[in-house]
Amino acid sequence: MFDFESFTLDWYKELFQDTRLLIIVLNTLVIALLSSLISTIIGVLGAIAIYQVKKRQTKNTLLSLNNVLIVSPDVIIGASFLILFTMAGLKLGFYSVLLSHVAFCIPIVVLMVLPKLMEMSPTLIDAARDLGANRLNVLTKVILPFITPGIFAGFFMALTYSLDDFAVTFFVTGNGFTTLSVEIYSLARRGISLNINALSTLLFLFTIILVVIYYFITQRNNKAQIGGIRK
Amino acid sequence: MENKFTRNIYMVPYALWIALFVIAPILLVLYYSFFDIEGNLSLINYQKFFTPVYLKMTLSSFWYAFLITLISLIVAYPTAYLLTKTKHKQLWLLLIIVPSWINLLLKAYAFLGIFGTYGITNSFLEVIGIGSQQILFTDFSFIFVSVYIFIPFMILPIFNSLNELNPTLIDAANDLGASKWTTFRRVIFPLTIDGVKSGCQVVFIPALSLFMLTRLIAGNRVITLGTAIEQHFLVTQDWGMGSTIAVFLIIIMFLFMSFTGTRKRGI
Repeated sequence: MFDFESFTLDWYKELFQDTRLLIIVLNTLVIALLSSLISTIIGVLGAIAIYQVKKRQTKNTLLSLNNVLIVSPDVIIGASFLILFTMAGLKLGFYSVLLSHVAFCIPIVVLMVLPKLMEMSPTLIDAARDLGANRLNVLTKVILPFITPGIFAGFFMALTYSLDDFAVTFFVTGNGFTTLSVEIYSLARRGISLNINALSTLLFLFTIILVVIYYFITQRNNKAQIGGIRK
Repeated sequence: MENKFTRNIYMVPYALWIALFVIAPILLVLYYSFFDIEGNLSLINYQKFFTPVYLKMTLSSFWYAFLITLISLIVAYPTAYLLTKTKHKQLWLLLIIVPSWINLLLKAYAFLGIFGTYGITNSFLEVIGIGSQQILFTDFSFIFVSVYIFIPFMILPIFNSLNELNPTLIDAANDLGASKWTTFRRVIFPLTIDGVKSGCQVVFIPALSLFMLTRLIAGNRVITLGTAIEQHFLVTQDWGMGSTIAVFLIIIMFLFMSFTGTRKRGI
């Protein structure tokens, strides 16, 4: 690394020939996509549930419970999940990592979706009911289309959180299964090697792409809002 | 009647999540803190926590977290202030936030290269004649990298509160003859104290529980509460003691949060 001679793509070549690393990258992507998908579904249901709660106190309790996993440090989340999975007899590996990622992504999705729901006028639902829509129709034809931008924002947030997570995964990953950040950690502890640099560059680019997508989604939301006001 | 039924259907998975992954883990941590390493029910962990070894560790952890929070505040406040004065503030803000989207490990890893024995910093020090120094694995490198990592989280809330500040208030203070310093002390700072508070919250608690940086950057010289928990859970397998430290960390977290005022009241 410190004897610079010329530019080379050798490290990228080495990276793509390392099948073990590629499997880890795939694992990470599968975990991130699955966990953000599941957490988006549960989170949206949860947000609707919170929205429908009428009592102020119950609502606040639910919201503070929702925020517990956001404010508590990763180490505590990781350690307590480790205890939980061991008590439940779940073998540490793919499923424990997936479950914990789903668990800490749900509150983020709820926080992204809830403001959208609050914006929605309750008369919309009443109107739909008056016009004879059943419960399922109200959900699929009225509520979900209205909060779609929030759902997408929540999904992408969950995706980045899941991709980024190191601490929680580190606790619940067990022996056989690793994700990228855990792998980078164990490589970095051994010192610097240039294929991590190549890998970092790729990860960086991937994150930037995600951020740009996220940015455009929120941008479009804002525009849609302004348009809505104009009407 | 029907309405209640629908609500329950929506509520089921979410309530299940709250019960399983929010309440149960905290209770389990509390439960485990009453077991010693052999699995007997005892209060030995709590006794151990109040021995000088653990108290010293807690204090030093506090000290580091305090330093990190203070330095990030000192750097972040003027930066946020300047940001509100720039022309393209959203763009500048975005540029400052981008690093926070990059994986924490990659940033730590980058500093391994920058601060390393043959890294850029040392080559620079050689060129200007100071000679190479041991930078990595010192308190300095730990605090520097932590501050670097936490600064965006400090800038964001401060920027938001400064941005909401009504500029006419500053004009009014000027008109009434306040000096720049008085304006800052009496008008700007009190009105942005909420931003400062929430910034401190987002920095202090994570700084207390850092564990990966202490390994990679500080070379195990700095032991924070987070490192201690990780050590007890994954290295010495003394889950009871680890849980006890976690219980204290949770208590400290709640104390600190109630002390600095409630963050975002609901939505």
